[in-house]
Formats: sequence, structure tokens, C-alpha cells
Amino acid sequence: MQTVSVEQSVAMIPDGATLMIGGFMGVGTPERLIDEIVRQNKRDLTVVANDTAVPGRGIGKLVTAKLVRKVIASHIGLNPETQQQMMAGKMEVELVPQGTLIERIRAGGYGLGGILTQTGVGTPVENGKQRIEVNGKTYLLEVALRADFALVHAFLSDYMGNLSYALTARNFNPVMAMAADTVVANADNIVPVGVLAPDHVVTPAPLVDYLVANA
Amino acid sequence: MEPQAVIARRIARELKSGMLVNLGIGIPTLVANHLSAGVHVFFQSENGLIGTGAPPEEGMAHPTLTDAGGRPVTALPGASTFDSAMSFGLIRGGHVDVTVLGGLQVDQHGHLANWMIPGKMVPGMGGAMDLVTGAKRVIVAMQHTAKGASKIVKKCSLPITSLRPVDLVVTELAVIAFRDGRATLLETAPGVSVADIVVATEAELAIPDQVPQMAL
Repeated sequence: MQTVSVEQSVAMIPDGATLMIGGFMGVGTPERLIDEIVRQNKRDLTVVANDTAVPGRGIGKLVTAKLVRKVIASHIGLNPETQQQMMAGKMEVELVPQGTLIERIRAGGYGLGGILTQTGVGTPVENGKQRIEVNGKTYLLEVALRADFALVHAFLSDYMGNLSYALTARNFNPVMAMAADTVVANADNIVPVGVLAPDHVVTPAPLVDYLVANA
Repeated sequence: MEPQAVIARRIARELKSGMLVNLGIGIPTLVANHLSAGVHVFFQSENGLIGTGAPPEEGMAHPTLTDAGGRPVTALPGASTFDSAMSFGLIRGGHVDVTVLGGLQVDQHGHLANWMIPGKMVPGMGGAMDLVTGAKRVIVAMQHTAKGASKIVKKCSLPITSLRPVDLVVTELAVIAFRDGRATLLETAPGVSVADIVVATEAELAIPDQVPQMAL
């Protein structure tokens, strides 16, 4: 694990990168990293996230700045700018049921090729996917998702990068921290090693490549 | 009573102490306000919370304690938090006893459409498909008609949410169950006749000899 400035952490991200970004309606999204991506004007990004939040918050800022080429999400309904860019053909949007999205990310992080789920069978979600029968039930094969970078937000990080999360700000973060080539963590509080009890570590330090230093 | 209150109140009677329950947005959210004294259910917010409580008092909101719409909530004693994989494992694994969801249409076989209107409204399905497919019991809370047209139809014209039929639909006029692939009228709302319901419903309804009135 390496400690970096927020500028350094974002400078590593090339244009066109695929980013997994934690958060649920902006709750648990690493806002400092988002603001820095906008400042450094990283373009043509593919964003994997639960939603695109609202304009002015979290991933909504990337949408407003027109930095996102494609989004893979379960919900975009509260961000009219995402809808406008989608309708205008300026942004590709892949809508995925929320449970399927998190399981595809989990599969990516756990070394699985994909998962079988009944969610989406007989709906437009099924288009182009393989049906698989197991014990008389019909499932869809949903393939694993991985990313170049996972940008995660934690409540606490110790100096080694062990992470713990707060309340509903956990959401996609620990799952994404398993599913990307490079994991960048931003934490509300950075604390000495030992403050976090082993039982309270949710994301173990070896998963975190870079911890963003306090400003 | 307002139509929405009739629906929410009637559905609240389906919830028993100890159940794990997921409420969608809109009318379903109101169900929590109509629980009888002494009924303690666990409400799940799919963003990772069991034990979701009412919105906090003014000035007491916490930025990381929110419901699935991102609004501040409280956590009741005994609450727990978890990541999205567990949250949807609870839903898809059949651990959620009841989900209450809004609806755009329900067809006479119980198929629900509630996530998109092609060319008009494409917000994304969020957790709706997982909830309808995975919860033990699915209850739809919706008005009986929209702009004069029945929302309980012969066949959904909108894309369906799941092949899994819903269990119960509660409107301001009626309670309708879906068993063996048929819509059966179970109860009428106070002041509403069976004939009123038949007129307001496009779907074919099985109507028992005796149809009791909703107890609210």
C-alpha cells in the first residue's frame, strides 16, 4: 500500500479507463476523487456504479462534466442529465438489476466467470444472454465485471489501508475493492494501526493499493 | 379516508411481528405509518440497512444513514448494516418475507410492470426485479386506475418486471389475490360494490360468492 495525494491518485487514471465507483445516491462515494477527476478532466470513462446520483453530487459531477462515455448502473432516474445524454446518444447506458450488478462485481472479485440468477428471466434484461436450466429452474448467465480502478470510500482507514465503513455508506465499496486491478481508497478518518480491531476490518489492507492522504 | 391511506392501511395488516419487509417508494413507504401498536417488523433498505426507522428530527440527519432514495432515516434498536451483496442476497435468497411495491400495471396472471415506460420513462430497474423475483411474498400497492384506465389488465402492455407473479394487489377499491394464475377478488373497500370493481377492472376477475369488506 502506498499513500498518495489526491492529485497523484487521479493522475494514474488514463482517459478511457473503466472505473468502479462506490456509493448509493452519492452516499459512500469518494467525493474528493470525483472532484479531482473533474479538475484533471479525465475523459471517455466507463463508470460501473449503482447509480449516477444527482447533478452536483458524486458521479453526477462526472456526468455534468461530460466525462462519462458509458455507464453500467441499476438506476439513473434521479439524474436528468444522465437521461438527456443517453437519449441524445452521447452516453451509452447499460441498465442492470441492482442485485445482478453487485453479483457481477462480486464474481469479478472472487474469481468467478459469472453468476446464475432468475432475476431478469422473461424481461428485456434477458436479451442476448444465455439461459441455463439447473434442477428444473431457469436462470440467466450474468458475466463477471471487473475494472481498471476501484474508487472506494471508507469511514476509517488505518495507516496500512485496512478499511471499515459507516452505516449505509458501505454499499458497493467493499465488493468493488475486490474487483479492480488498482484500488484507490479515500477515508474520512485515517487512524494508527491497531485502532481498528481485526473483527472490524471489512476490507483487508492487502486489497488497497493506494490510500489518499488527508488534504 | 384518502385512497393512498386505504391502500397503506390495508397492507399494514399483512405484516406481522418479526417479519423482514422491504417497502418500495411511493404508497408502499406509507405502509410503515399504519402498523398496529405492538407489531414490530424489520424494515430493510436495500442500500444496506435492516431496522430502518422514521426520518430523523430536524437537525439530526446523518449523511451516511439513508434509505434507498438517499433520504435521511433513523436506525431502530437492533438495526444492522451490511454491503450491497448481502443486501441483495437477503432479497434474492428468499430471506425477505414481504416486499411492497408500486405498480404501473398488473395483468390477470399476476405479472407486474413497474420499471419502465418505453420511450418515456427509463429510470432503471434498481432493485425492483430482484425484489419481485426473490421475496417470499410480493404485494403491489397502487391506485386501481390511471387517467380512467384500469391498471389491472388482461395483458401488460409495458415490459414486465419478473415472470414471477405477485401474490396480492391492494388498491383503493379492492384486494385481489393471484393464485393458480388467476386474479381473484378477495375484498372490497368500504362503500365500493363488486359491480364497481368489475367496471373499473379490465382483467377477468374470479369472484367468490361472498366478498367481504376490507377491515381497516
